[in-house]
Amino acid sequence: MTGGDPHAGIGLERPGVSRGLIDVFQHRYLLSLIVRKEVQIRYRGSVLGWLWSYVKPLVQFAVFFVALGVFLRLSSSIDAYPLYLLAGMTVIGFFTEAFGNGTRSLVDNAPLIKKIYVPREMFPVSSMIVAAINTFPQMIVVAVIAAFLGWRPTPLGIAAILLGVVIVAVLSTALGMLFGAVNVSFRDAQSFVDIIVMCAVWASPVMYQLSMVRAAFPDWAFTLYLLNPLTPAVELFHYGFWAPLDTSGTNQLPELWLFAGIALLTSVILLFIGQLVFRRLEGRFAQVL
Amino acid sequence: MPRYSDSVALPSVVVDDVHKTFKLRHTHSVKETFLAAIKRKQLTTDFNALDGISFTIEEGEAVALMGFNGSGKSTMLKLISGVIVPDRGSVMTRGRIAGLIEVGAGFHPDLSGRENIYLNAAILGMSKKEIDERYDDIVAFSEIEQFIDTEVKHYSSGMFLRLAFSVAIHTEVDVLLIDEILSVGDEPFQEKCLARIRELHDAGKTLVVVSHDLDMVSRLCRRGIVLRGGNVVFDGDSTDAVALMRA
Repeated sequence: MTGGDPHAGIGLERPGVSRGLIDVFQHRYLLSLIVRKEVQIRYRGSVLGWLWSYVKPLVQFAVFFVALGVFLRLSSSIDAYPLYLLAGMTVIGFFTEAFGNGTRSLVDNAPLIKKIYVPREMFPVSSMIVAAINTFPQMIVVAVIAAFLGWRPTPLGIAAILLGVVIVAVLSTALGMLFGAVNVSFRDAQSFVDIIVMCAVWASPVMYQLSMVRAAFPDWAFTLYLLNPLTPAVELFHYGFWAPLDTSGTNQLPELWLFAGIALLTSVILLFIGQLVFRRLEGRFAQVL
Repeated sequence: MPRYSDSVALPSVVVDDVHKTFKLRHTHSVKETFLAAIKRKQLTTDFNALDGISFTIEEGEAVALMGFNGSGKSTMLKLISGVIVPDRGSVMTRGRIAGLIEVGAGFHPDLSGRENIYLNAAILGMSKKEIDERYDDIVAFSEIEQFIDTEVKHYSSGMFLRLAFSVAIHTEVDVLLIDEILSVGDEPFQEKCLARIRELHDAGKTLVVVSHDLDMVSRLCRRGIVLRGGNVVFDGDSTDAVALMRA
């Protein structure tokens, strides 16, 4: 297929051959319109509109807080437990939404993909950006609550929060592309992703503390737990929003930055794998959808 | 003759020995695939949509792709637009390509006409600046100025098609792919669309047209390519091509 093209010199190109994610960022204007469209239409026709994106996590928060904080008394062993819970739920919520919607994005945009060529990575990427736009005000809410409890932002804390966002953004884009591409042929992917998403909130230290995992797990299993990119992402949010209010000082991961670096690296590697699989399967999208 | 192979015109579209086989899958989940494999049922059937097609379209040519249903015309257009890629052989194009292929594919019912114009034009490859420049022309051509800020879901089907077509036909392109244009709007609007397409052709744009309206395409295009069963059976003057189709 490549090389030896007699027409290559006069500007002939192969239509429909993309450079992957690079192409998406060259179509920034289209990306911005797609994101704006998604944001605009999500809660069309509902009275509360975008408030629903805050009602849902808030109810979930209330349930967790009553069940775990009050009944299981985590509130007494973890300082500022509501804030601890909220910070972790915000980052996991970002992941859940970006990954879930990214997986479905290609099937949802089937009419477009079948008829007009646009770089298809556009759809998982726009899902991630929409999720980020949704998450940002939630982070503000967490910051306001934290400030009310006596938290003051530090440069390192802000950097930790941003790094957490970057890790989850890369990770969810990678997985969204991977499972989104598979979902085109096998809708099983989307049910499988629902399960992953359901486990995500329990497989990272959102509701409980890392020290509890360390106590219960053998060393190798604990290391494995830390290698889950979401664990450092959640811990980075805890570091940024909650750690300054923690008086015990024993609840933090000493190798936080090391594992955050590993998480970022893992996410970037997954992004390459996701892109690779996506390109492999992309040629069939218009036919299969 | 409508072929300018001796002239200096550069090729706009080069199709070289293109094969496209569709796998018709009979299973759509892991479970179904597994069960079918156990029962030794066939998982897929091959269908040769295109079987070794070659042609070259020079810049500024207007070419009609003709053929009966299932002859591979629309598959060919999709290959040129890049929506699907060939299994064997190559398709090469030069410049920007836009398709009036099922207009309105990128429209969203919950957005206003104005928002849809921007979204759809961007999907067809235009930049913000280009859309800003043409926005007034697009609206004027569609003749639905007064509804432009209404959500598209409240449009009549005629209004919807007018707007969608108007966006597509104002895109900045070098090669315009047109599939069944005459399903658009009432007669005066169709005439207007045809006039606009002729205007684009006069301006040196390359046209590739698929339609079952043989009289219309033979008036619009000088060259006709007839496809049958995934092969080119005729490539030459469009009136001869129409004669062959009617034979």
